[in-house]
Amino acid sequence: MYQLINTVLIGITSGAIYSLMAIALVLVWRSARVVNFAQAGQALLSTYIGYEFIQKFHSFWVALFLSMLVGAAVGAIIDSSFMRILFRRAGHGPIANVAPIIATLGLLGLIRALLGLVVGGKDVRINPPVSNVGYTVAGHTMAFSPLQLVIVISVLLLMLVLSLIFQRTNVGLALRASAYSPEIARLAGVRVDGMRTLGWALAGAAGAAAGLLQTPNGTGVLSPDSLEFSLLLVFGFIAAVIGGLESLVGAVVGGMVLGLVLAFVLTYVSGSVVFITAFGLLIAVLLVKPTGLVGKRGGRRA
Amino acid sequence: MTLVVSDLSVDHGAIRAIDAISFRIEEGQMAAVIGANGAGKTTLLRALSGLTHASAGSATWHGHELLYSKAEKLVRLGVSHVAEGKSVIPELTVGENLLLGSLWRRNAEEARATQEKVLETFPRLSERLSQPADTLSGGERAMLSIGRALMSKPQMLLMDEPSLGLAPLIVEQIFQSIRELSKLMGLTVILVEQNAMSALKIADVGIVLNLGRIVAMNSAQQLIFDPLVRAAYLGY
Repeated sequence: MYQLINTVLIGITSGAIYSLMAIALVLVWRSARVVNFAQAGQALLSTYIGYEFIQKFHSFWVALFLSMLVGAAVGAIIDSSFMRILFRRAGHGPIANVAPIIATLGLLGLIRALLGLVVGGKDVRINPPVSNVGYTVAGHTMAFSPLQLVIVISVLLLMLVLSLIFQRTNVGLALRASAYSPEIARLAGVRVDGMRTLGWALAGAAGAAAGLLQTPNGTGVLSPDSLEFSLLLVFGFIAAVIGGLESLVGAVVGGMVLGLVLAFVLTYVSGSVVFITAFGLLIAVLLVKPTGLVGKRGGRRA
Repeated sequence: MTLVVSDLSVDHGAIRAIDAISFRIEEGQMAAVIGANGAGKTTLLRALSGLTHASAGSATWHGHELLYSKAEKLVRLGVSHVAEGKSVIPELTVGENLLLGSLWRRNAEEARATQEKVLETFPRLSERLSQPADTLSGGERAMLSIGRALMSKPQMLLMDEPSLGLAPLIVEQIFQSIRELSKLMGLTVILVEQNAMSALKIADVGIVLNLGRIVAMNSAQQLIFDPLVRAAYLGY
């Protein structure tokens, strides 16, 4: 019984982090139609900067907030300089479809290599802001600590704020319109280029939050060639695809499904089949329901 | 406040879609642009609204150059384009589609007043404000796309085939509303139509395009009775 509950709790926490990364990927995909592999690099960069903020301000929460701002700025800069030039130069002909993907892969490598150059082999440690020792219930230590509670709440809060922005504000309406139909949005007077940059910025902030929250939850050690960040990207992608790539709700559902499935496999089957399950799930979703588990009514009508 | 187009050319790759055309439309007039498929009608509108880049020439409106500008900027100068195929966003609600057209306007109060006017003109939309736009019928979509354009407080309306895919009775209704609205609001209208006869009936002037060139331009009345135009475009 306790094992079952623990498995669900572990699934929810890791699912929350995957959701956050998936949200970042969906935000860029929706606003720019770019699959952003660089997201892991951006998250790594903003987590390093978050570490510096922690040293300076001695507050994890201030650092989280500031590193999200930095993450947003980095996202906005990537779109408004690099991607804008890329679309101008390579936006036509057969290269147009693959150029952005290759470009973000290149950017991922570049950010990691540059980080390696700057911070060198010096790994840094980010301590959990609250206890990461599990709560005790009737003598059993549960796989759920104050830190994990904080992570889940932070993710839910971010999701709520993002949904409110998208559904209830004029900027959100402009963002949605630009994503669904850039041309009509343009004709209605929406500055679509600005909205795309804003999408990149929001994604940068979400990715930064994912990075800084995940690090103390995992090994706590940050390094430029961190395996954790690669996994974050990969699992974020799988979550986003399970959710249909188009919706924030889908990203969260996808993240939770993936987190829970992997937790159950880990507990009841074996750690060695976790990757097989994750990638098997990805391929199964793409083959059986490419619009994702929450994709709607067989694609869009004209 | 006339629209003056001179020597406008637009290329699609190696193909010249619009070939050095010139015309002028007086303020408050409605011009019908007719012609066969591939004559360059849609391209002409897209160039005027900033969706397609012109290769050469100029188009001035209010003393502003329309060519070589972005569509979102031209909206702010009073140019509203209703694109082909009922330009509404199906995923958004009817109300959101309308609001979208007025987002750039600073004055929310004024925008609300405009919305009331639009809903007065198209009462069927007001019953469906919170429905997604993809639940609308073809006629309602046409109304919504026109309503969305009006929300941007236009002075010139560029309309691309509002009759496409609509039943004849609905087409007549839509055309009547376009006519009434434009006269009421003093709009200059360019109406691109496959349905040449209906368009010429409500327009003040007619422009006949063929292979990117103007082959006839005259008052709509005279074009209707021009034997060549009748034979080639009106079918009798």
